[in-house]
Amino acid sequence: MAANTMNARALAGQLSRSRRDFLRSAAGLSLGAALLGGSPFVSAESVRRRRKIIVITFGGGARDQETFAPEGQENIPHLLNELIPQSSFFTQVVNRGILGHYVATASLATGVYETLNNFSAIPPQHPTVFEYFRRDLGRPANDAWVVAPSNGFNRIGESECRHYGFGATVVLPKRLLQAATAGTQVDYEHLLHDNYETPLYTLPVEGSEFELQQMESVLKLSVADFLAHARTLASPDELSVYIAKRLMTLFAPSLLWITMHDIDIAHSGTYSLYIDGIRRTDRLCSELWQAVQSEPEYAGNTTLLILPDFGRDADQDSGGNGFQHHRTGDVASRTTWMMVMGAGAREGVVYDHPVQSIDLVPSLGAMLGFSPVQSQGKPINELL
Amino acid sequence: MQPGDLQPENFAAYPPLARQLAVAHLPIFRRLPLTFLASLLLQVIDYDFRFPEERRAIDAELSTLRLASPQQMDAWFAPFAKITLSPKLERLDWVAHPAEFLEEESAWLWTTQQQDAFSTAAMQYQARAQKAVPVAPLPVFRLGIAVIGQGVASWDQPLFRNLRPQGTWFSQVQPENGLAALLSLLESRASAHPVPFGHWYIDGGQASAHSDRLTCVSWDALQPVRSALLHYMQKQIQQPGMGPEQLRTNLARLQPSDLGMSPNGDPVLDRFQVKIFSEGSGTQIFSTTFAQWTAREALRRAQPLTMLVRFAPRQRQRPMNELISNADAAPQLDPAGSLVDADMGAWYNWINQQRLPGYEQSVFIAWFEGHSQALVVAPTLPRGTASSTAMDMPKLISLAIG
Repeated sequence: MAANTMNARALAGQLSRSRRDFLRSAAGLSLGAALLGGSPFVSAESVRRRRKIIVITFGGGARDQETFAPEGQENIPHLLNELIPQSSFFTQVVNRGILGHYVATASLATGVYETLNNFSAIPPQHPTVFEYFRRDLGRPANDAWVVAPSNGFNRIGESECRHYGFGATVVLPKRLLQAATAGTQVDYEHLLHDNYETPLYTLPVEGSEFELQQMESVLKLSVADFLAHARTLASPDELSVYIAKRLMTLFAPSLLWITMHDIDIAHSGTYSLYIDGIRRTDRLCSELWQAVQSEPEYAGNTTLLILPDFGRDADQDSGGNGFQHHRTGDVASRTTWMMVMGAGAREGVVYDHPVQSIDLVPSLGAMLGFSPVQSQGKPINELL
Repeated sequence: MQPGDLQPENFAAYPPLARQLAVAHLPIFRRLPLTFLASLLLQVIDYDFRFPEERRAIDAELSTLRLASPQQMDAWFAPFAKITLSPKLERLDWVAHPAEFLEEESAWLWTTQQQDAFSTAAMQYQARAQKAVPVAPLPVFRLGIAVIGQGVASWDQPLFRNLRPQGTWFSQVQPENGLAALLSLLESRASAHPVPFGHWYIDGGQASAHSDRLTCVSWDALQPVRSALLHYMQKQIQQPGMGPEQLRTNLARLQPSDLGMSPNGDPVLDRFQVKIFSEGSGTQIFSTTFAQWTAREALRRAQPLTMLVRFAPRQRQRPMNELISNADAAPQLDPAGSLVDADMGAWYNWINQQRLPGYEQSVFIAWFEGHSQALVVAPTLPRGTASSTAMDMPKLISLAIG
């Protein structure tokens, strides 16, 4: 057991070092531990009031060999050439929780390794970052939004914890698409798959999801406009980014969380579609960052954090089937990365010490000035 | 119920051979922790429908357990005994439905963060069990063949990138009659070494003419089964209260006859084919996934001496805008995407072959069908090298198998 633990740590370290070495040599980045000096994150209250945070989960689940390893770099040109040079890059983000997309994303959003049923539309068991944000800072409902792929995520905006309960409004673009096309003969089956782990099953929607009738009143989009735009988009994640940009223009939320999911098509076992998903997500991250620069409310005062919820199984693990799933809990599936760019982020710096997925919420709390008291993670010093 | 409470009548619903085996080993079962025993029962309950190699492995494992001293049993199973289960789990009918128990147990292990401990215990046990099973010498070295890229006219991206460091890449193979030569090789090996379920031909499309000495599984031949399964799943999903776990449980209980398979088929092979669809993810929809997963499962379970897997074009995944704009378009194929899928599938086939006994001597051939590129991994050929010597398929085969 001890030997195995050592082995796992060594493997995680190896993954981290390979990312670090590549980034240092190819992108000319600095090693974070060598840096001295004060924090770039200015914590004055006036600045905090204007600060915008956007979190993108680079989902669902991409491995090193298709991203940061030498053979995978062709799939992420935008991350490598445009975004990483502007980023603080954490090479070793470890997820010690359950490796299902909803429960892992919920864990990212609460700072606690949630144990809820991944396939049920139930709220997180602990307060979410959106609830801390809104309660502690007294922010209105339109200041926190989640754009999530599908029905299973519709309860991620707020927990059922007492003293909290006012979180983010959740928009489910696929749900909107389904509703907008109700009564037509369009076969969206594969687009509407709620979770690629159960590809023929779609959860019924319950709870406070963004309702179709609000499309017009809130997003200022008629069904016809929505569909017309959807006709120009290739995937559900493209639709998510479209909705996110719309929210940025209309409400300029200070906390915006976007969960990408196209990559999870890997569960179907088709490697080419998995790669297509990675390339699309890479491009969409860049597009969203460009949108930040072009929106007056966001340009110059926005911090963008991009991180996968977790990885996928290694080719060599006999318990899995390589890229297809994330069932083994092996090092490859637990060890990912995070890049942080924009307001307050040190540019071109690599940090290769391990941090955990649940450290995200306390770090956001420290950046924005709220107290995630039930989170079990720790603020990441380099982001303070 | 705990393992110590087991009685012969608990196995009354097991198929005949499985029941006989279980009752004969009751004293052992009673000493095993439930966290381990359910996995063992999952093997035992399907004993009647297992491949010969699987039966041999189960027999050997039970024999090892029968001969183990109390001290050895304690040492082997202590890591499993440390894992705690919920009372709800212990109340499940894990004897009659070990698969359902394991599904629930897996969720419990993840939830209670015991998954890593369980995986470690399982891997340690597996390594010990494999050592304990005597490895009989193979009658002939193992041979795996992957034929990829059917229907692709031209391709300018590198192929076999994962496999190249393992073997020799040939760039001037004359493709004429290549598939026929490979199938002929299969037939000659099947004739020379007539082992039950020892020689497989898996086709992701329509199978080519082949010897009846081969165990053949093909996407096209199983179309009625696939349709029946998809129809069944759609009906299940519409049932009130149906969830993903229940759906998986129901799928696991499907029998060949439930999907319209003939009662005159081979019960072992038919059960295997049903599981490809009911347990595989994406196998019902994409032929490339079907071919890769079928190969993986055949290698893991039947441990064939020879296996040829031919990937065919899968259906194209239509982008969202196309679906909205042209809902009624006929399904199209995606040969290029399928080639990428199959290239990765060939890599996985080789990895899975290398997990089997005799891997040091095994040979693997991957060929871009109808084209001049091939890759051979063989003990007699250098690794990470390239050959531009012109040759036909028989010559390539002779180089590969010596």
